[in-house]
Amino acid sequence: MERYYQPEIECASREAMIEIQNEKLVKQVKHVWDNVPYCRKKMEDAGVTPDDIKSIDDLHKLPFLSKADLRDAYPYGLLGTPLKDCVRIQSTSGTTGKRVVAFYTQHDVDLWEECCARAIVAAGGTNEDVCQVSYGYGLFTGGPGLNGGSHKVGCLTIPTSSGNTERQIMFIMDLSATILCCTPSYAAYLGESMKEMGLGPDDIPLKAGIFGAEAWSEEMRQDIQNTLGIKAYDIYGLTELSGPGVAFECSAQNGMHINEDHFIAEIIDPETGEVLPDGTQGELVFTSLDKEAFPLLRYRTRDVCTLTREKCSCGRTHVKMAKPKGRTDDMLIIRGVNVFPSQIETVLLNKGYPANYQIIVDRVNNSDTLDVLVEMTQEMFTDNLGEIAARQKDLVEGLKSMLGIKAKVSLVAPKSIARSEGKAVRVIDKRKI
Amino acid sequence: MSVKQISVFLENKPGTLNAMTNVLTKHNVDLRALSLAETTDFGIARFIVGNTLETVTILKEEGYISSLTPVIAAEIADKPGALNEVLQILTDNQINVEYMYASLGSKNGTAYMIFRVQDYKKAAAALESAHVRVLSQEDLAEI
Repeated sequence: MERYYQPEIECASREAMIEIQNEKLVKQVKHVWDNVPYCRKKMEDAGVTPDDIKSIDDLHKLPFLSKADLRDAYPYGLLGTPLKDCVRIQSTSGTTGKRVVAFYTQHDVDLWEECCARAIVAAGGTNEDVCQVSYGYGLFTGGPGLNGGSHKVGCLTIPTSSGNTERQIMFIMDLSATILCCTPSYAAYLGESMKEMGLGPDDIPLKAGIFGAEAWSEEMRQDIQNTLGIKAYDIYGLTELSGPGVAFECSAQNGMHINEDHFIAEIIDPETGEVLPDGTQGELVFTSLDKEAFPLLRYRTRDVCTLTREKCSCGRTHVKMAKPKGRTDDMLIIRGVNVFPSQIETVLLNKGYPANYQIIVDRVNNSDTLDVLVEMTQEMFTDNLGEIAARQKDLVEGLKSMLGIKAKVSLVAPKSIARSEGKAVRVIDKRKI
Repeated sequence: MSVKQISVFLENKPGTLNAMTNVLTKHNVDLRALSLAETTDFGIARFIVGNTLETVTILKEEGYISSLTPVIAAEIADKPGALNEVLQILTDNQINVEYMYASLGSKNGTAYMIFRVQDYKKAAAALESAHVRVLSQEDLAEI
């Protein structure tokens, strides 16, 4: 029996949803025009006024907002309410440039937590569950978002935050945690650690996991489900819009329902900005419909994915987004083929390598070269050169079938890949074109 | 009877071996035997020391990846034909040598050969029954 946090919204007819969106959009555009001079100027430059926006059919008339705008307007330029009405900030790690600082009023925090509550209920959560939140708490939205959602559902919430694996496992076992929220890679790590301790899927009280904040593959989902004995659900979000919970998976486990009453999603051609029909791959663009403090209109996420409105077996009517395939800003064109670092990461993880890699693209004799450096690990190392060479070959073949082009794989010393603020520098493009 | 060989992962580029020997020097580790195997991008330094476990701990602390492999250390006479005799014993017993190398020092006309074979117990037994001295981990400290 499928359960919903807010069935009247989650299962609303398309007509009813359009009505909600129309009403909220008109109001939101006016709010931005009146209170965010930075965006008003952009609208004026594009020759649009709030009067031009009468329904969601007019959405395409609004100018896009990009990461560069967030950088230009940092820190207060996109604020839609007086600071005295704001109660919180959250911030991104800032590895790809300047940090994003997003502001929240109490209303904004509430709607964010409501989105997370929908995700927890979709994963089977009720007030009888014990929900362990092992996402980091702090500036990162993962911990605070799921923590709030868990409270709203009424779960007993264990705010372990990230790290300290031994303690994580102790709480899961001693307090019989039934739902785990963390990054998929940490879930996999916890699973392996528990396996090493002799705990099988039947010994672990967990029944569901809500995993997001990084790319993960279907194979990784199967692995996590098997080792922990749970159903693993994907969750999507970004700090600019609120945090996790912008979209979440249901029992069908084949795409994430977007909380359309709060966020309108569009897919555009990243080159031309043209809106593309459902089912077409392109850049995901979001318009927040009722955020007060940080009201972004047509924000370009740079995530590449597809949307589908096919009827879902769970009964929810909200549009579904596929797992993002990559990001427009890190897409590489190598020998004419689009390559996303996330695809390379997927192959590495599927073959049991850690995600410590670096992609080096160069041009030799007018032909692009793709080198993937992988850090050697204790687990991979053996005294047998042939065995290591065979694994290297297997990786080359895996990459070839995923990317469609050949990559060279080099094994390098542990911790030799340059890191910036703790995160590895993933791509070095040496081509001079 | 076997001794433990330490195998260390090294990138195949200038200075990596030297960086490792720097670490060993700093901790006063005496190498009894050393060999290198390489591919175009990485290599494995294989060596024998007296205080194996301590050395492995040091390498780990310095961020190196290593593993321990059981190998045979056989004492042979330092004269023409001696290695041939030992290999003949292995041949007669159908034992395949994956790789081998010689020790760095010798005393009183003896040398030590390190053999990596699949079944080291069988190899050790074959050599000993042909009166070849096979060294134990304890013997290593003596040579």
